Amino acid sequence: MSTIERPEIRDTGLLTQSWAIARRNFRHIRRMPEMLLDVTIQPVMFVLLFAYVFGSSIDVATPAGYRAFLLAGIMAQTVAFASFIVAVGLTSDLEKGIVDRMRSLPINPAAVLVGRSISSIVHASIGLVVMSLTGLLIGWRIHTNIFEAAFGYVLLLGWGFAMIWIGILVGSAMRSVEAVNGVMFATIFPITFLANTFAPTDRMPPFLRTVAEWNPISSLTQAVRELWGNDQPLAEGAAFPMHHPIPFTIGWIILITAVVAPLAIRTFRSRTAD
Amino acid sequence: MTRPAIEAEGLVKHFGDTVAVDGVSFVVPEGTVLGLLGPNGAGKTTTVRMMTTLTRPTSGTARVAGHDILHDPAAVRRSMGLTGQAATVDELLTGRENLRLIGRLYGLDPSYLTRASGELLERFSLSDAGDRIAKTYSGGMRRRLDLAVSLIATPPVLFLDEPTTGLDPRSRVELWEVLRELVKDGTTLLLTTQYLEEADQLADNIVVIDRGTVIAEGTPLQLKDQSGAAALVVTVSHPRDLEAAEALIRPHVREVHVDAGSRQLTAPAEGLGHMTRVAGIFDESGIVLDDIGLKRPSLDDVFLHLTGHRAEDGAQDGTQDDETATEQAGRITR
Repeated sequence: MSTIERPEIRDTGLLTQSWAIARRNFRHIRRMPEMLLDVTIQPVMFVLLFAYVFGSSIDVATPAGYRAFLLAGIMAQTVAFASFIVAVGLTSDLEKGIVDRMRSLPINPAAVLVGRSISSIVHASIGLVVMSLTGLLIGWRIHTNIFEAAFGYVLLLGWGFAMIWIGILVGSAMRSVEAVNGVMFATIFPITFLANTFAPTDRMPPFLRTVAEWNPISSLTQAVRELWGNDQPLAEGAAFPMHHPIPFTIGWIILITAVVAPLAIRTFRSRTAD
Repeated sequence: MTRPAIEAEGLVKHFGDTVAVDGVSFVVPEGTVLGLLGPNGAGKTTTVRMMTTLTRPTSGTARVAGHDILHDPAAVRRSMGLTGQAATVDELLTGRENLRLIGRLYGLDPSYLTRASGELLERFSLSDAGDRIAKTYSGGMRRRLDLAVSLIATPPVLFLDEPTTGLDPRSRVELWEVLRELVKDGTTLLLTTQYLEEADQLADNIVVIDRGTVIAEGTPLQLKDQSGAAALVVTVSHPRDLEAAEALIRPHVREVHVDAGSRQLTAPAEGLGHMTRVAGIFDESGIVLDDIGLKRPSLDDVFLHLTGHRAEDGAQDGTQDDETATEQAGRITR
């Protein structure tokens, strides 16, 4: 009775498998373009709101004014939201049994996470492109050389990479997409505001100013501003990280990844293994 | 009997203090169908999850197509397909894309994959819907697609966790047909079900589990025999005749049970001659009958006999499996 044809099953390796899963996620975006709102309409609205509504009453000493100052901040916020994208996608796949389906296949179990990470980085990169274009339209320019400009983008993407681990941690721990939205909105959102992203920190109350200047998001924003020539002279009494934003940003990326990645993997394992 | 396709050896799974599966063992010969039968929360899903390498057993092991789930999980995954309890198709992909995605993850040859996807869609009556996204599919179509996806690499062993839960009767019968075809082609099937009828229809052997342990095992026929003799059932036309009918029949049977709702008298049967005799008595009495006959015990009766509770009142000892099936539990009736 075993005349039935059995095709050859080949182990194509982690990268091919992850790419297949990432392509599936891209297809989701094609089918539901509104999934991209978080990196298109939303940040563009923020840029416009802050540039035109609040911008007129925020004083900065940046050469091209507040709009140039603003761009790096909004980009930092958007890559921080990469964690959001990962967490929502992962929770939804866990909930629907898609992850179990993948785990029952002869593939590297990490492919589910790597595939999700690749698509999230691409997702966030779309946001960086959209915002750069918006910025160019309203008068933002990069005043340095191409290497520093590129390094700024690399730091933003590196930040997005660290955020992916937070996304995997939250996505593995939560039982529903709604819960993910709640948790992420209640944490990441205020963290991205309690920083130098939208307004200079030197006029904040002293305690808040210290918190804001030690906020990792501030290091990232300040680093990118410096690399793009969008920074203003450091105010009197700025905290230590503001004087060395680039090493601090790299340090934060490494630290967050080193601490959160093992936790995230453990949470994902215990969520799926039982 | 050929060599076993699936062997479970003392599978045990604890979730914290809860014992979900408590030493389950059985053997499924190649090319046969095993029905793993039990109520909600009996440990069926957990057992399947252990055998398909999704959950690590607390102790015990299993072999699928000769590969040990603990020592060579990768080989197990290459030899089996799994269709889980909820249809795990990707709603935003088309039917064909679902098949292609999983096929690609199996590393199948692209031209083979194209051909096999087309054939599977055809075979599961999804050809017309193949290029529509799965979100637009009906429940039955999703189940069929889910099953088709599990078959993309033609695994010799297939695990189906409650494959027809939530399906309407027609879709269920259609799915049964498809499963029979698979078995004819030599696939070994393990299916869990809480539908006694389903196990009766499809399975060569049945393992009944309750509260994590195997409480009975055998062919559907053997299990039916276990619960004793057939019953003689008399249905009267008018409820007012029930009392008279009971008085009439009592001297001729060992015991009688009266159910007013169904207007039925049930007594242990003692062969065909006995039934004919009872029928003759009613004929002379003038009590009008709707029906008189012998009823073989159904698997439902078997279950009641074995566990002391009906199949539908299982879910109270909440292990975490079978959550989604709870709402369907009420449908298991004869």
